[in-house]
Amino acid sequence: MEKTINITLKVWRQAGPKAKGGFETYKLDNISTDSSFLEMLDVLNEKLINERKEPVVFDHDCREGICGMCSLYINGHPHGPDSAITTCQLHMRKFKDGETITVEPWRSNAFPVIKDLMVDRRAYDKIIQAGGFVSVNTGGVPDANAIPIPKKDADEAMDAASCIGCGACAAACKNGSAMLFVAAKVSQLALLPQGKVEAARRAKAMVAKMDELGFGNCTNTGACAAECPKSVSLSNIARLNREFICAKFKD
Amino acid sequence: MWLFNSSVGRKVVMCVTGASLVLFLLFHASMNLVAIISPEGYDMICEFLGANWYALVGTVGLAGLAVIHILYAFILSVQNYRARGNARYEVTDRQESVEWASKNMLVLGFIILGGICVHLIHFWAKMQLVEILGAIPENGMELIRYTFSQWYNLAIYLVWFAAIWFHLTHGIWSSMHTLGWNNNIWMPRIKCISNIFATLIVLMFASVAIYYFVISLI
Ligand code: HEM
Ligand code: SF4
Ligand code: FES
Repeated sequence: MEKTINITLKVWRQAGPKAKGGFETYKLDNISTDSSFLEMLDVLNEKLINERKEPVVFDHDCREGICGMCSLYINGHPHGPDSAITTCQLHMRKFKDGETITVEPWRSNAFPVIKDLMVDRRAYDKIIQAGGFVSVNTGGVPDANAIPIPKKDADEAMDAASCIGCGACAAACKNGSAMLFVAAKVSQLALLPQGKVEAARRAKAMVAKMDELGFGNCTNTGACAAECPKSVSLSNIARLNREFICAKFKD
Repeated sequence: MWLFNSSVGRKVVMCVTGASLVLFLLFHASMNLVAIISPEGYDMICEFLGANWYALVGTVGLAGLAVIHILYAFILSVQNYRARGNARYEVTDRQESVEWASKNMLVLGFIILGGICVHLIHFWAKMQLVEILGAIPENGMELIRYTFSQWYNLAIYLVWFAAIWFHLTHGIWSSMHTLGWNNNIWMPRIKCISNIFATLIVLMFASVAIYYFVISLI
C-alpha cells in the first residue's frame, strides 16, 4: 500500500547571482514515500505554477546518478541524509511525516549561485580542462587490451573514475577544498599506463587551476569522502599529494 | 616557490613543521620522565642543556618551527574561510567519520599557544633566560616541585595536554597523508599510530605533573 507524508520545505530562493536570497517555506501534503526527492520538488513546482508563482530552479539531468547535476544540500548534507547516493536517487521514504526539510544550494566561493538552488559548477570543468585528460596524437591507436594492467590498479582507477564531478566534496568541506575531485581525476589517470606519461604535468596543472579558482587548502577532515555519492576514497588525496610533491621535487 | 603559492605546498610546510614539533615533544617528554625516575639525573640534564650553544641553537630552531607553523595555520585558516564564500549553510550536520579534532585544529592551536606561554613563563623564563642574561638559573627539580604543588597549575597543564592530545590525534596521521604516505590499507593503520603516539606523549607529560602534585600532598 502506498504511504504518504506531509512535509514542510524550507527552500533557498535567490533571484539572481547578485540578488539577496532568503528562505521560503512551503507545505506539501500527501507526498508518496515512493517518490524521489526530485519528483517531490516537481510536485512543489507544479503547485507553484498553478498558483502563478515562480517555480524553484534546481539543476538535474539524468535522474539516475550518473551526470552529477543534482546539487542540493539537504538537511545539512550534500545529496541528502542517505549515504553513497545522489540527490536524484534519494527517496522520500528517508523522511518522516511532519518533518521540516531544509534545501540549500552548494555554498562555496568557487560555485556562485545562479538562481535559487542552481549554482555555477564550471570551476570543475576548468580544472579538467587544465589537465584532466590524456593527450592523443592522430595516427594509429594501439589496442588498449594489448597493455597488461594489474587488476588492483585497474580496480582502483575505476573506483576513482566513478567520480561524477557533482561538487559535493567542495560543498561539504569546511575549507571549501576541491581536493577529492582533483585527486579522483588525477588518480584515475595516474594509475593507468596511458595516463602515467603525463601524470606529473597533470597534477601540477590541475592543482594550480584549483588554487587559482579560489578553492581552499585541504586539512584532511574527510567530510568530502563521507558525503561523496560515489564513495571516492580519501586515500586518493594522498596519491595526489604524492604525485604533486614528487613532480615539484623533480623540477 | 611552490611551498608558498600552491595549496599542497602550504600543507607540506604545515605538516613538516608540525611533525618536527611532534619529534621535539617526544624528546622533551622522555627527558621529563627522568624527573620521576631520578631527580638527580634530571638536574644533570638541566645543567647539560642550560644555555650552552647547542641548547640555544635548538631553542632558536624550535621557535622558528613554531612561528612558521602558527603563521601558516593563520594563513591557511583565513584562505579556507574565504573559500567557503560569503553565505553559510543554515543547517549543518556532522559526518560520523569526521573527527572533531580535524575541524577544530585552529581552536586547539590557540589553547596550545596559551599553554606554551604559561609554560615558558613558569620554566624557560626562570632557567634558560636567566642563564642567558648571565645570572644563576633556578633549580629545575625545585621548579617542578613548586609548580605542580599548586592545584591550579596542575589543572592548567592538564587542559593544555588534552588540547595537545586532540591536536595530535589528527595532526600526526594528517601530516603523513599530506606527504602522500597513505593508501586504503594504511589509512586505519596510520590513524592508529597517530592515536598511540599522541597518547604516549601526553601520558609521559601528564604523569610527571600528576606525580609531583601527589607528592606535594603527602
Ligand atoms: C599555537 C600553536 C598551534 C597552532 C595555532 C596550530 C594550528 C594548526 C592548524 C590550524 C593545523 C591544521 C592545518 C592543516 O592541516 O593544514 C595544524 C596542523 C598540525 N599541527 Fe598544529 N598548531 C599549533 C601547535 C602545534 C604544536 C605544538 C604541534 C606539535 C606538537 C602541532 C602539530 C601539528 C601537526 C602535526 C599538524 C598536521 C599538519 C597537516 O595536517 O599536514 N601544532 N596545526
Ligand atoms: S569526488 Fe565525489 S563528491 Fe567530489 S565531485 Fe566526484 S563524485 Fe562528487
Ligand atoms: S540528476 Fe544526474 S546525477 Fe542526479
